[in-house]
Amino acid sequence: MSPLVALYVRELRLSVRIGGGALMGVLFYLIVVTIFPFAIGPDLNLLSRLGPAILWIGALLATLLGLDRLFEADRDDGALDLMVASGQSLELLVIVKVAAHWTATGLPLVIAAPFLSLLLAMPVDVTLASLATLLVGTPALTLLGAIGAGLTVSLRRGGLLLPILVLPFTVPVLIFGVAAATAVAFDPAAFRTPFLLIVALTLTAAAISPIATAAALRNGLD
Amino acid sequence: MFYWEGPPFAPETPVNQPFQPFSLVVETLSVDRGGRRVIEDVGFEVAGGEAILVTGPNGVGKSTLLRALAGLGRPAKGAVRLLADSVADPEEVGRHAHYLGHRDAVKPALTVGENLAFWQDFLGADGGEPVDTALDAVGLADLAALPAAYLSAGQRRRLAIARLIAVRRPLWLLDEPTAALDVASEAGLVGLMAGHLERGGAIVAATHLSIGLAGARALRLVAEEIA
Repeated sequence: MSPLVALYVRELRLSVRIGGGALMGVLFYLIVVTIFPFAIGPDLNLLSRLGPAILWIGALLATLLGLDRLFEADRDDGALDLMVASGQSLELLVIVKVAAHWTATGLPLVIAAPFLSLLLAMPVDVTLASLATLLVGTPALTLLGAIGAGLTVSLRRGGLLLPILVLPFTVPVLIFGVAAATAVAFDPAAFRTPFLLIVALTLTAAAISPIATAAALRNGLD
Repeated sequence: MFYWEGPPFAPETPVNQPFQPFSLVVETLSVDRGGRRVIEDVGFEVAGGEAILVTGPNGVGKSTLLRALAGLGRPAKGAVRLLADSVADPEEVGRHAHYLGHRDAVKPALTVGENLAFWQDFLGADGGEPVDTALDAVGLADLAALPAAYLSAGQRRRLAIARLIAVRRPLWLLDEPTAALDVASEAGLVGLMAGHLERGGAIVAATHLSIGLAGARALRLVAEEIA
């Protein structure tokens, strides 16, 4: 097995075993989205109008939930040392770890979204649009979060610092994600532009995040 | 698609085949840690078949020295080179070395076998012992299917030591390798180290116990006088 494939498989295994965050993220997402109708009240029109925003905020918070452990666990048990010393490109390792983390925690959120949209009385076209924006947008959240995880890896209790560092940078993704999904209800043609902007944001994050994260990890090595 | 430089030296070497001659050269190495110079102008050379035991009081920089040799953390001055015919970039020592640190890199949620199999896949399996054989060599063969969370500190250490033989690397950098080991396992480790030297491998080990290794040289780090 190639080293990168082996790492991907291991990350997935760890995330579904005891102490892994795969199920936790989806459950948290479910709880957050369920709480909104209680706070807003039984106004179905209002709920369905707010639906995409609620789905996105829930996904954003659920993504941040497990990110602090992305590198911390490997640092604490010395695995990160071995990975850095192995001579394998740290940037590639970051990409693989982020990909595995998204598969285990981001993808389930996307899959859960259509079911949660029922709770919010969202119309079918808006649900599908939200699904599409979440699918291309959540990788950007994970990628941005990885930079924060790399920066806070050497700090004890860095888990609280991470959202503060990362959340401001996720605002553009949030804006265009909600804009694209909401636009569908009024004018299907208006979906395209914000949707392409999320794609652009994700691609930009994919280019920057591995380099920034690897630099942060190297810096925090000792 | 992804470029992975294979295992060090000859790719399809059987387990017991000797390593090609090489030497690790450390020149005027200085390392800072926390803004303080911990290692100052350390220099030595180890060739294949030789072992160096780094000794010295706590906090004198034994671990820092080994980390620097493995390529973890940038040295403030000096260089570490691995010289051999088949090594393209002598500065990349870590690629040809095993670093056995204080922490065992064992994931509690994975089984003993999965832990070792991952490192074998990640670091390159060519020329190393199969997972079963390596576990057997450290006395963990019966526990292969057990989650590593149930291992004792000594057993976790032995699992980390199994990595040394599951992945074939010419240079072993061992930081307090006998920590948490009982007398029998300690003897077992010394046996593995002697076998590694016999095959022409090199060892740099930090320890404050006397490891009964024939022909090992000592490098004593001394705390700098505070003026």
